[in-house]
Amino acid sequence: MATEYTFPENAAKAPAAAPDFGPERMSISMGPSHPSTHGVLRLQLELDGEVVTKADPVVGYLHRGDEKIAENMTYNQFVPYTDRLDYLAPLANNVAYAIAVERLAGLEMPPRCQATRVVISELARISSHLMGLGAFGIDVGAWTVFLYTFTEREKLYRLFEELTGARFTTSYTRIGGAARDVPDGWLDRVGAFCDQFLPILEETLALLTRNRIFIDRTADIGVINKEDAIAYGLTGPNLRGCGVPLDLRKDRPYSGYEQYEFDVPVGSKGDSFDRYLCRGEEMRQSVRIIRQAIKNFPGGAWYAEDAKRIFAPPKDKILTSMEELIQNFMLVTEGPQMPPGEVYFEAENPKGALGFFVVSKGGGVPWRLKIRSPSFCNLSILPKVCVGAMLTDIVAILGSFDFVMGECDR
Amino acid sequence: MSVIQVQRKPLTFAERTYLPQVFGGLMITLRHFFGRRVTLEYPEQRPEIAPGYRGVPTLVKDPNGREKCVSCQLCEFVCPPKAIRITPGEISGDGPSAHVEKAPREFEINMLRCIYCGLCQEVCPEEAIFLQNVYSVSGYSRDELVNDKEKLYQLGGTLPDRHFKWDKKQAAASASPIAHP
Ligand code: SF4
Ligand code: SF4
Repeated sequence: MATEYTFPENAAKAPAAAPDFGPERMSISMGPSHPSTHGVLRLQLELDGEVVTKADPVVGYLHRGDEKIAENMTYNQFVPYTDRLDYLAPLANNVAYAIAVERLAGLEMPPRCQATRVVISELARISSHLMGLGAFGIDVGAWTVFLYTFTEREKLYRLFEELTGARFTTSYTRIGGAARDVPDGWLDRVGAFCDQFLPILEETLALLTRNRIFIDRTADIGVINKEDAIAYGLTGPNLRGCGVPLDLRKDRPYSGYEQYEFDVPVGSKGDSFDRYLCRGEEMRQSVRIIRQAIKNFPGGAWYAEDAKRIFAPPKDKILTSMEELIQNFMLVTEGPQMPPGEVYFEAENPKGALGFFVVSKGGGVPWRLKIRSPSFCNLSILPKVCVGAMLTDIVAILGSFDFVMGECDR
Repeated sequence: MSVIQVQRKPLTFAERTYLPQVFGGLMITLRHFFGRRVTLEYPEQRPEIAPGYRGVPTLVKDPNGREKCVSCQLCEFVCPPKAIRITPGEISGDGPSAHVEKAPREFEINMLRCIYCGLCQEVCPEEAIFLQNVYSVSGYSRDELVNDKEKLYQLGGTLPDRHFKWDKKQAAASASPIAHP
């Protein structure tokens, strides 16, 4: 029997479809291969002259069935697939996934592992916001910003490459730890990056924040009020831009975020310009968190040493001792052993709250894994915000949403 | 909880004339124009590869020239996109590594499937497969991009070994009083 669902009183109603589709209306497809749709989003627009009367996002062009794939492999084998969700912040996805599965096992990570995860999540946030900002700039005609943010992002990618062995597809975390420890001197290089990054960030933001052209294109464009933002399930900078101070790092701290001091930036109007401002400020806050984390970087184990049925033994031991060799074989072939149960965990990713819902019937393979992707939920409000906007404003609105289709379609 | 509201100060008159932004922006552009170059002339100049880079997976031999892989097929099992195919074989005769008993007869890694995740290197109990620093792969046909055993060893070369596990085993076996088959 179908359960009836009633919308809450204050929930936003989806805009009514234009009843008559007369000759004065035009229907166009924006995307799936349009440079400002950041990947393969298709917007089915209905226009009255230049004004959008209806906007339907068509998603799914990048659907790969990640959730189903997860049911057919062990927990660790799925880590490379999490890279390909929000591919602009793969490290943050790795961390969110690992923590979700560790919660299922009731595993507590040692401080060094937690601090590493905080540092890489924040670096991923910076790199994702840099990319988002650059692309937003291009969308509204500010090309230069993109070049400068990309230069900085490249420096970050060098750091990622040194830590994980790959620039983009990092696959860094494992259930119960990480693929490897932080290399010698890496933290100093992260610190040096932060030092040189802040002035460049200010310079780059100054190109936009006081720029009249940019403000004209973004201020009061795509305004979302608080109630709508909550009703449509917006998260991340898009939600905070509307003035809702929800940040999972503060509200439900994980991986030791409670130890760090940082502010949550919120906007006042909920327009595209506010979303841009929030991202800019978040990068400054991320630098603050990284500095605190590397200042008192904990020593000790970097993986859960006592979780023998979850994390593989060190390579040296596998080569020299029979017991560890067998343990390694068991772990690889059967997967990290999880108790039966289910868990839902959300992490504050650069794009919003990335959630993993894992149902386990025991053993090393999830029975069901559901991914709640922030980009998908954020895009759900498009039919509402796009109506009444000019066609060129759609580009600014999409740019300010900073979504990633890899994650939306998964 | 510390929440800060982002500032949106109204533009001043000077800012509304566009001029300060135009000149400020030009200054920044000029500084970058004469500053240090951030790009590489790629095929001629190559980026420095950090140690531990995950490039093309390769097979390696130990310093004595012995094939390290024992075709346990763990890497084949773990590889998420199923890029590896192994046909196990026997080491027969009485060569110096006959006691190892097994080696791959065929070993193929399909570079069209490989996602460079590094799981094969991570699980290998013999330290026989390594992702090294080759990163640009190209070919004219699909077949060319399936690396066979010979190609994998040629790419991999020899890496230092810290354990010489099988030599130790042989030494232990010959020292032990129980006759070893
Ligand atoms: S490369 Fe390593 S994991 Fe793969 S079959 Fe050979 S010994 Fe086993
Ligand atoms: S790197 Fe990953 S995808 Fe490539 S062969 Fe190894 S396990 Fe398979």
